[in-house]
Order: sequence, then structure tokens, then C-alpha cells
Amino acid sequence: MFLINCPFCGDREQSEFKAGGEAHIVRPKQPTELSDDEWAEYLFMRKNIKGVQFERWNHVHGCRKWFNVVRDTSNDQIKAVYKMGEKPPT
Amino acid sequence: MKKNFRVKRSKHIDETYKISFKFNGKLYYGFKGDTLASALLANDIHLVGRSFKYHRPRGIMTAGSEEPNAIVQLHNNSPWTEPNVRATEVEIYEGLEASSQNCWPSVNFDIGGINNFLSPLLPAGFYYKTFMWPASFWEKYEYFIRKSAGLGKSPTKPDPDIYEHRYIHCDVLVIGAGISGIISAKTAAKNGFKTLLVDEKPYLGGSTIYQNSEYFKINNQNSGSWLEKEINEIKKIENLEIKTRTSVAAYHGYNYLLAKENLTDHLPIERRKNKTRHKLLKIRAKKVVTATGSIERPLIFDNNDRPGILLSSAIKKYADLFGVACGKKNIFFTNNDSAYETTISLIQKGINVEAIVDNREEVDSKLIYEVEKNNIKIFKGHTIVNTYGYKRINKISIMQLSKDGHNVIGSKIDLSCDCLGISGGWTPAVHLFTQSGGKLKFRDEDQVFIPNIYPSDQISVGACNGDLTLDSILVNVPKSLKDFLNIKNNVYENFDVLSSHNNSKRNIWLLPSDKVLGKTNSFVDYQNDATAKDIKLALREGFKSIEHVKRYTTTGMGTDQGKLGNMHALGIISETSEAKMGELGTTTFRPPYTPLTFGTIVGRNVGEYFDAYRKTPIHEWHVKNRAKFENVGQWKRAWYYPKNNENMFQAVQRESKAARESAGILDASTLGKIDIQGADASEFLNRIYTNAWSKLQIGKCRYGLMLNEDGMVYDDGVTTRLGENHYLMTTTTGGAANVLGKLEDYLQTEWPELDVYLTSVTDHLATISVCGPNSKKIISEIFPSLDLSDKNFPHMSFKKTKIGKIHCRIMRISFTGEQSYEINVQANFGKSVWEKCMEVGKNYNITPYGTETMHLLRAEKGFIIVGQDTDATMTPIDLQMDWIVSKKKYDFIGKRSLYRSDTIREDRKQLVGLLTDNPNEILEEGSQIVSDINKSPIEMLGHVTSSYFSPNLKKSIALGVVKGGKNMLGQKLIIPMENKKINVTVTDPVFLDKENKRLNA
Repeated sequence: MFLINCPFCGDREQSEFKAGGEAHIVRPKQPTELSDDEWAEYLFMRKNIKGVQFERWNHVHGCRKWFNVVRDTSNDQIKAVYKMGEKPPT
Repeated sequence: MKKNFRVKRSKHIDETYKISFKFNGKLYYGFKGDTLASALLANDIHLVGRSFKYHRPRGIMTAGSEEPNAIVQLHNNSPWTEPNVRATEVEIYEGLEASSQNCWPSVNFDIGGINNFLSPLLPAGFYYKTFMWPASFWEKYEYFIRKSAGLGKSPTKPDPDIYEHRYIHCDVLVIGAGISGIISAKTAAKNGFKTLLVDEKPYLGGSTIYQNSEYFKINNQNSGSWLEKEINEIKKIENLEIKTRTSVAAYHGYNYLLAKENLTDHLPIERRKNKTRHKLLKIRAKKVVTATGSIERPLIFDNNDRPGILLSSAIKKYADLFGVACGKKNIFFTNNDSAYETTISLIQKGINVEAIVDNREEVDSKLIYEVEKNNIKIFKGHTIVNTYGYKRINKISIMQLSKDGHNVIGSKIDLSCDCLGISGGWTPAVHLFTQSGGKLKFRDEDQVFIPNIYPSDQISVGACNGDLTLDSILVNVPKSLKDFLNIKNNVYENFDVLSSHNNSKRNIWLLPSDKVLGKTNSFVDYQNDATAKDIKLALREGFKSIEHVKRYTTTGMGTDQGKLGNMHALGIISETSEAKMGELGTTTFRPPYTPLTFGTIVGRNVGEYFDAYRKTPIHEWHVKNRAKFENVGQWKRAWYYPKNNENMFQAVQRESKAARESAGILDASTLGKIDIQGADASEFLNRIYTNAWSKLQIGKCRYGLMLNEDGMVYDDGVTTRLGENHYLMTTTTGGAANVLGKLEDYLQTEWPELDVYLTSVTDHLATISVCGPNSKKIISEIFPSLDLSDKNFPHMSFKKTKIGKIHCRIMRISFTGEQSYEINVQANFGKSVWEKCMEVGKNYNITPYGTETMHLLRAEKGFIIVGQDTDATMTPIDLQMDWIVSKKKYDFIGKRSLYRSDTIREDRKQLVGLLTDNPNEILEEGSQIVSDINKSPIEMLGHVTSSYFSPNLKKSIALGVVKGGKNMLGQKLIIPMENKKINVTVTDPVFLDKENKRLNA
């Protein structure tokens, strides 16, 4: 069980959080303009990286804020944490 | 006359404190400080159990948690019984009762012992190969296999003990209180770190504490006395917490560890009352020092498992710590200097050592010279080829080893003995390190795996890091700590150490024999009876991966997890397959390091604390009025209120009739309620619901359907516009938390520009629903000043009012199809308002009804329940609810998905009504629906989602989902049941009052 450094609360146990899947998938502004394939791309297709992955997490049993986490899925090391709307670290 | 195996007094044993205990029903005595194993050995009992597969007699083999053989059942047939306990870890107490496992009728005469003679017929994978076919016989085989498998018996009575969980946060956690751990803990604590030191044993000091030898000295004192002074000193350090009888079970990522603190297992049962038995410590440490020491390796030769064969280090511990001689005619078999260390201890205590068999040729070692001085015969360059004695070893045969160690040469020599100590060198205990995600490397010189890459802020020190001698520990441990803790001054420096070990070792994983391998019983895993020939067979049959060999032969899969034999299994695989040890890798060490009791894991989360439940403010009234309850999410909801001797069916029929004929009352407080405010609240609702919200007037209510982005129905409920920028949303009971989460997600991540605030008010409001043709009369009597005319207070509208000083919100909304009013009041007043409704309603036979009646009433009306009539594959179109999907709105969640190629298929499952030909026949929910029963395979068209007998329509009604059902009105379908088939007709899902006359009656 790892610790997550919530950008609003600080280090907290993983059990206080909920994982929200891949980060930086923006809901299309005009869904009706999209073809079935384009919509499916947004709706279903997700990366599943062994290594460094950008993820959304929610401090569901804490401040309830959503934020982004850069995590190495092979060893659970968290490389960075940043708020929604902030630029991802490179 | 009983022989006395208690030798020269040990200061660790209190011989003035005699303790009686029972083993296999017989009374024995030991002393305070004894373990069950040491007390049995003092009574000359070696045979304590039978092996798992062949039922071979087995004795105590070790003196610690690595014990594979001496596992016993404590307090059989009592609530305190515990199976598979290691006798080497049980501290004896007055009244202790232990018994052997895996034997019948007794450990001395065990019928299962026949398996031993059948052992040539029981090779590795025997069960897999034999019971594979015919497949239909499996159930018969399984019965017998299950009977013959298994070790101890699990308790059948409730656990009488108390367990707890505790969180601990510390700067430095030190695991293991041997010499390395003591040095580490003192160094950390003296440098200001908040330190926790844990050890699985009841005493501190590991194996050094009983070291009392001229050959191992620190600063001119023998190492045991030196360490004792250190221990006395660290006990006084304030920022150092010490926990004995505490074994670390799991080492997870980010230095999160679980440990079991054992608080009462060493006490007589009558003194355990009201005390916590085990505490599960959940430790989060900034830094971890692992000092778990090492485990002595056995040697693998023919019949190496007889009672009376122990690890050399165990014999030393029994002599030095417990003052017990394991035998009177001891022989040692070794490939390194450790057995000589033991021999010197035994000589000191006057215990007879007959001979030492050493793999190695000439070795220059002070310890060997000392042993030779005592005229003990040493057979150098020899190996044991066989042992004798069924229930206790009585003789060994030895032969000379060839130069390359692959063969035996010369003639056999027989030596008689009653105890054999074996030493194959030492294996660093790296289990916790690898559990944490650490990577090992193989050290070729002495064939050990040692820590290499650390995944978190931790370090392994001492023997578990491969420092296996006193001098290397005292040089390396302080040095590594200095870097690890980043400290300037070390408390330990400039030791004057005398360590007389010669480090040479002649490592032969599988010792040669004069017999062919197939005729030998060379045990690698004692507990699971896996032999060297089993491992070789697995390799011959094509298993290559160590993980596969492990599972096929069951090596390392016992309760001891192969702490003794895993390395040999690897070694044999390496030699046979000519793969390098370092490249083979090890099997995965998984938690727990030693088994945990279920109680420890569960802690206080038992009985009513197992899972939290929620009660409505009116709960007490329901209990008083004998409601039966149903679990909905975390809630306890009133299910139905049986009167006299009514069963559920009768109660629900009565309640349903009353609600339609006069008045019913429902506690709807569990409905999720979300208060929505902000300038963009209307726009927000537009985006999350399928229908339009901008034009909803203040004071009006509207039903909304919420989809997932994939177009599938997610939740539903009525939302009321309380003000210009203020709404109250209701959700399903079970979906409330998820809906709030989903709305927050969209607000925070997709539409942060919207000015909307969400507050969960589910618990703040009690909701009382009064329905039926007389509901208006009841409400008007409670709220005399309120104008309830249909014109002023029509269906789907809302009024603010008061009872006395209590503020109320009344919504005229209906989930039953009857005219009904929902009163929302502050939760504290919920019960009194409910009671007021009951009092006023008396004249109208107001009838409280529960969730079952609510479900029946809404089914009559064809209203769906999300989660019952839908699963995550139903769109609003599938539900025939096209009317609620706005065509005008540009976008809402899920809109685009409603015309994907898959969602516009005509043959999707669609919600329909189902009427049975026989109006008294009630369908079973979940039944399959088909049209042609003669076609093979039968095509499943759908299933029944809701089914009731409607007392108001006087017939059975059902809802179901059917492929293409929308276009099948009037068609006959079949519900096949076990003994019959039921004919049904597809209908519209609305069975009652299609014109909504009742809503406005």
C-alpha cells in the first residue's frame, strides 16, 4: 500500500484514494460531430503502460479533490503529483 | 526409569518454576522459559508428528520459526484450539495441551504410514496424473483426497479471544533483535530517530545471547555477555520502543509493514480473559533496517528426515539456551565450521559427542583443533549415505567422497548414535527484503542469495545481508548504518573482535549415495515430503521454471514456505539443468513470513462491527413495529411489516392493497439527496440528465435519467427546483455516493468553469412518503393552512411549509402511481413527523409499507428500478423511455453513444411487460425467456427482471428484458423451468392506470 502526496492534504494512505484511470483524456467539445470510430477512441481506448503512466486519482475519503499522478506501474513509485489543469511534468 | 536430558543449568531457564503440560494426553514437566520443543526434548521425546504425504515419523528439527516437522495442535476440541502451531515457538504454560497432527490413531502407530511403503508409487504430480480421468470421477476422488490431506483441525467453536489493530509510525524500524539488530537500534535511537525494535522471540539477543565461548569475543568479553550489557542499556533509551513476541508478517511497498504482536499465547488460558490476544501492527516506517539473521541449511542425503536429526544450530540452542541435551550419543554432519561450534558447546556442558562427519578435507580451523583435542573422531572428506531407526535415529552409514564430490568411494562405515546434528551452512533470511520488492544477487563463494537492489528507504544488515561471521558483522553493520542514517558519529567503533570461524565450506546440494537416486529418500522439503528425486523427475518431465517445479513437486508450499529446503531445490535444479543459480532466480516469497491467525487479520471487525450500517431517523419506530429489514447498500430499510402471523407474501399483499385503496406511508429517507447550488446549476443539470432543465419553473419537480458516457442508464430520480440557482436532486438509495462522485468528477475535471456547488444532504433530511387516494386528506389535516388543490399544488410541484416550528418541504411526486406527497424535514424531526402522520392517518387506515410493497406498486405502474430492471447494458431507448431523451439538446453525458452502431440495433434487449397465461402463476426473477424450446441449442431471448402477484389487478405481473421485445407485443413466449414451462404473453410494461388518472384523483 503506497502513500500518495495529495496536492491539497499531503501524504496520505492509498486506501483514502480512488484511482480514476488514464489522465489527460479530454471529453470532446462536440461529440455529435464525431464518427463512431472517433467517439469509440475517446470512450474505450486506454493505454496500459508498464512503466511511467499519467493517472487521475481522487482523494475520495479526504478532500474529494481530483488530481494527477505520475506513477511507475512496475514498482508503484510516484514520480510527480499535480493539480487538475496544471501542465504535466516532462 | 526416565533418563534426564536436562544438563548444566542455563540462566535462561528458571528451574525453580516447574510447569506441567500434556502432550498426546500424557503429563510432562518443563520449566519456565522452555518452549514446547525444548521441554519435549528434555523428556527425550523426538517423535512429534507424521509427514504430510508418506506419514513418515518426524521429530523436532529446528529451534525456531523455520520448523517444518514439529507442528502440533493446541487444546484440541476446545474453543482455544489452534492447528499447525510450531512446537519450537510455543512457550509452555501451566495447563498447555498439545497433540500430534496428521496421524491416526496415534503418532506411534499411524495407519497412514502405509504410504511410506507405497512411496515408489507416489511420485511428484501423482495426484495430477492419477485423478485426471475420467473427468466425471473427480467428485468421488476429491472426497478421499480432501480427507487424507490437511494438517491440523480448524476450530469449530467461536473464537473466544480479543484481537486488535494498531497503527505505528516511526523513523526507523529495526526487524530482528540479534546482535545486528541491537547495534542498529541503539545507533538509530542514540542519533535521535524514533525507533521501533521488534523480534519474534520472547527474548532479545538472537543466537549471540547464549554464545559463551572463548572463541568468540568482543572487547575481551565473550560475545554473549557483551551483548547482554548492550541490551540492558538500550532498554533505558526513551525514543526506542522494543516489542518482543512480535513477528513481521509482511513487508509491502513504501515501507508499510504488518507485524503480529503476540500478547497472551504464553499465558495459562485462565489468565487470558479480557486481554487482547494478538495485535496486528500496521507499521509505516520512514526507514527500515532488516536484521533478520540467517537460517541454517540442512544437508540432503538418504533418509535425512528421521526423528533425532536436527540442525546443528538447533542442538546448540537447546544446550546453551534451554540446558537440554538432544541426545547422549551425538554425531554431527557438516560442510562448514558451525558444527564444531556446537560441539564445543556440548563439550562444555558434558554432553557426549561421538564423531563429526565433515565433507571437507583438511581445514585450518581453531575450532577443529579444539574438537580434536577432546579426542572426538572426525571423518574428513566423508558423507552420510544412509541412516537407520524408524521412530528415532540409531545408526548412520558413511562413505568417503570422491575428489569432485560427485561419487562415494571406499567401504561403508556404520556409526551408532541417538542424535544427528546437520549443518549445510547458512541461508540469509531475505524473505522480507524480497517481499518489499528487493532484488537479490547470488554470491558464488558460499552459494547464497543476498540483497542487491533496494526498492525503498531500507537496508539489510548482518547475517541476512550475508555477513555470517561475528567479525564481519561488527565491521560492516556500524559502517552501513553510518551511511544509511547519514550520521557523523557512530556509537560503535573500534571493536576488538575475536572470531574463530574458518569460512570454508564445501557446498554439495545433493550428496552422492551408493544407491541410485530412485531408491533414495533424500528430503528437500520435509513438510510436503518433496524429495530430490521428485525434483529431478519434474525436470525430466519438462518443467523448467523454478515456479513450475515448485508447484508440481509442492516444494516450499507448506506452512513453513520452504525456509529450510528451497535453496537445495534451486541447487539441484541448477546442477541438473546446468543453469547458473544466479540466473535461475528464486521462487517468490509471499506474505506472511509466518502464518497469522484469522483473528489477527480481522481484529475488532467482528459481529456488529464487521460492516458499518446506516439507520434512518425513523428506524426505531420500524423496529418497534416489528418491521423485517432488508440491506440496501449500507442501509437497513424496512422491508415489510408483518401483522399477526403473516408471511412476507401476505403482508405485502395487504400493504399494497391499502396503499391503493386508502393510504400508505413509506420511510424514503435513504434516497440519496444532493443539494445543488450556483449560477450554472441549470446548465449543469442539462449536461448530466438526458432531458431539458432550463425551463423548469421554481417550485416544480422533474424526473431525470442519468446515463454513463457509454449511453447506459446509470441512475434516476426526481429533482426539485427550490430557487433560481438552487436544486435538490434525489438519487437511488444504493447509487447516492457514486452519483455524487461522478458529478464532482465532471465538475472538477471537465467543466471547472461551471459555477456549481454540490453538497450531500442524504443524512440531513428525513423523507416520509404518504400515498393513496386519501393522502391529500391526511396531508391537509397535518398542514391545515396549506392549499392542496390540484391547481395550486399539482403533481410534480413543491411547497415550503411548517408544522409548528418545524420547516418542511413537501413534494407532490409519486413512485407508486397514486397521488402522493413526500415530506422532507430535518432528520431530527423525522420520527415525530412520521408519528404525526400515523396519528392523523389512523382514520384512513394508513398502512406503513416497506421496500417490497414499494417495488410491487411501482411494477404495477411499469416504473423501472435502476439496477433491478437495468444492468449496465440498457439505454433509455431499450427501456422504452425515448420520451425522456431530449432531441433538442446539443449534448449531454451519453448522448453520442445513443446512436453508435451497437446501440441502434433493433434486436437489443428491451424492457417489456410479461403476463402469464395462468394469472396465478408467479414467475421467478432471473428466469430465462425463450421462444422456441425445441430448437437446439435453445436461444435465450432475455430474462425476467421483476415479478409479483398484483393484489390490485388480481393477477401475476412481470417485467423483463427481451431481444427485440418492443416489436413483440402480444407475442407468446416461454419461460422454461426445472419441471415445467410457463407460457407468457409480451405486453406493455405499464399494467395499471395508463392514463395517470390516479395521480390527479
